[in-house]
Amino acid sequence: MKRYSAFALVREALNGHKGWERAWRNAQPKAHYDAIIIGAGGHGLATAYYLGKNFGITNVAILEKGWLGGGNTGRNTTIIRSNYLQDPSAAIYEKSRALYETLSQELNYNIMFSPRGVMMLAQTEHEVRGYRRTAHANALQGVSTEFISPRRVKELVPIIELNGPRYPVLGALWQDRAGTARHDAVAWGYARACSDMGMDIIQKCEVTGITREGGRVTGVQTTKGDIACDRLGIVVAGHSGVLAEMAGFRLPVESVALQALVSEPIKPCMDVVVMANTVHGYMSQSDKGEMVIGGGADGFNNYTQRGSFHHIEETVRALVETFPMISRLKMLRQWGGIVDMTGDRSPILSKTPIEGVFINCGWGTGGFKAIPGSGWGFAELMAKGTSPLTDPFSLNRFGEGRFIDESVAAGVAH
Amino acid sequence: MLILKCPYCGVMADETELSPGGEAHLTRHGPGSDDTEFEAYLFMRENPRGVHFERWRHAHGCGKWFHAARCTQTLEVFGTYSAQTTRPPQDLLDTISEKRPGWRWRDLA
Repeated sequence: MKRYSAFALVREALNGHKGWERAWRNAQPKAHYDAIIIGAGGHGLATAYYLGKNFGITNVAILEKGWLGGGNTGRNTTIIRSNYLQDPSAAIYEKSRALYETLSQELNYNIMFSPRGVMMLAQTEHEVRGYRRTAHANALQGVSTEFISPRRVKELVPIIELNGPRYPVLGALWQDRAGTARHDAVAWGYARACSDMGMDIIQKCEVTGITREGGRVTGVQTTKGDIACDRLGIVVAGHSGVLAEMAGFRLPVESVALQALVSEPIKPCMDVVVMANTVHGYMSQSDKGEMVIGGGADGFNNYTQRGSFHHIEETVRALVETFPMISRLKMLRQWGGIVDMTGDRSPILSKTPIEGVFINCGWGTGGFKAIPGSGWGFAELMAKGTSPLTDPFSLNRFGEGRFIDESVAAGVAH
Repeated sequence: MLILKCPYCGVMADETELSPGGEAHLTRHGPGSDDTEFEAYLFMRENPRGVHFERWRHAHGCGKWFHAARCTQTLEVFGTYSAQTTRPPQDLLDTISEKRPGWRWRDLA
């Protein structure tokens, strides 16, 4: 792999840009791998990357039904934060946020991490109490957050209306090292590094069956033939239930569409991320100048990657109250992604009843921010069978009543 | 937007007029049941990509709970039926079999 650098840029500029190579190889499946990861999204690729980097397992294939990073990795609103309430969540999300800080250098790929700060507005008395509690929990967990006053909110976000008639701004939970990153680049950067370690990324290869022998996984059936493996990681977000059924176990997960939209581009006007969980809306400004707006999830199961118009209306109506200047903005694009929701709104990173099969799912509405930490922990789980980061998130926590309840703490918006 | 016909008041109700109520025909496992059954009752849910049966409530209308059969992949609605049953009516199952040959949901064929 040729390294990207200022020097390489000059060299290629003088060379008519003819020397750039493909970021990753287009591989065909071999007969056997030590580990197969299903799903070449951020989490799957990060898992493969840390399997190779931290544990020296490089005979790995990453299978993808569609194209690399074309699922929720390319459909989220790119927010990165770690101000969660529960200790296991704070541990994995803060690990993730910390890895994001140096990910561009590590992968030699600019993922455009922008620690611009994330603000979660408190717009009811209940939220004020909730966020104060979270700020205290974060202080104990070593996650740097603070509860700030409406005056400070206005200083950070001049375009905000503090005294909205329905939802006045009473304060906010502020994490100054949180922010955004370029979502596609995260997947592409990991893919390039995986391919460089000799791993095979196989796109347009749908898994149609999982073969087992005596309660142990032996391989997968795919649209490109049968492939044998010793270990299998299922990292497919919204379609986890479908894959689990192939492997012969059930998941406490339901899939729903979550949607987002962007406005026409305007001049820079807001340099932080603002989340308003009471009204189910959050907004940031992209480098292109578009206002990126995340909305609510559908209340019923579906796999449509589309979303519903009335949710956009609800989200935008509420945001216009808090940001009156966006009322004349035209919305450019809208899209949906299928998120896998668990009962306690925390992910599942776990062994499964089938030996050799591991599952990483249930990130719900908040998976993007967790990509590096999830990959780090899940790779350790797949390599060693246990990981301090992922052990609390095991599948049997539901039966044992060990919930990691973030549904109250985080609201809908992740 | 989903439009479901309320089987009680007969209104074609928009999604905004309704409240989704999750998976249909759950059997309640309470005290006395074993751990696996109780866990499944509380947390394990059917999550099919295709034919699904759900509970809905005509919240901003007559207020009644009812059942709906729907495709989660296309959002096609196969039909709605009364809440006072533990099994979808046979004619609805036949309609679904016509439209989605080979479909499966729990022990329904």
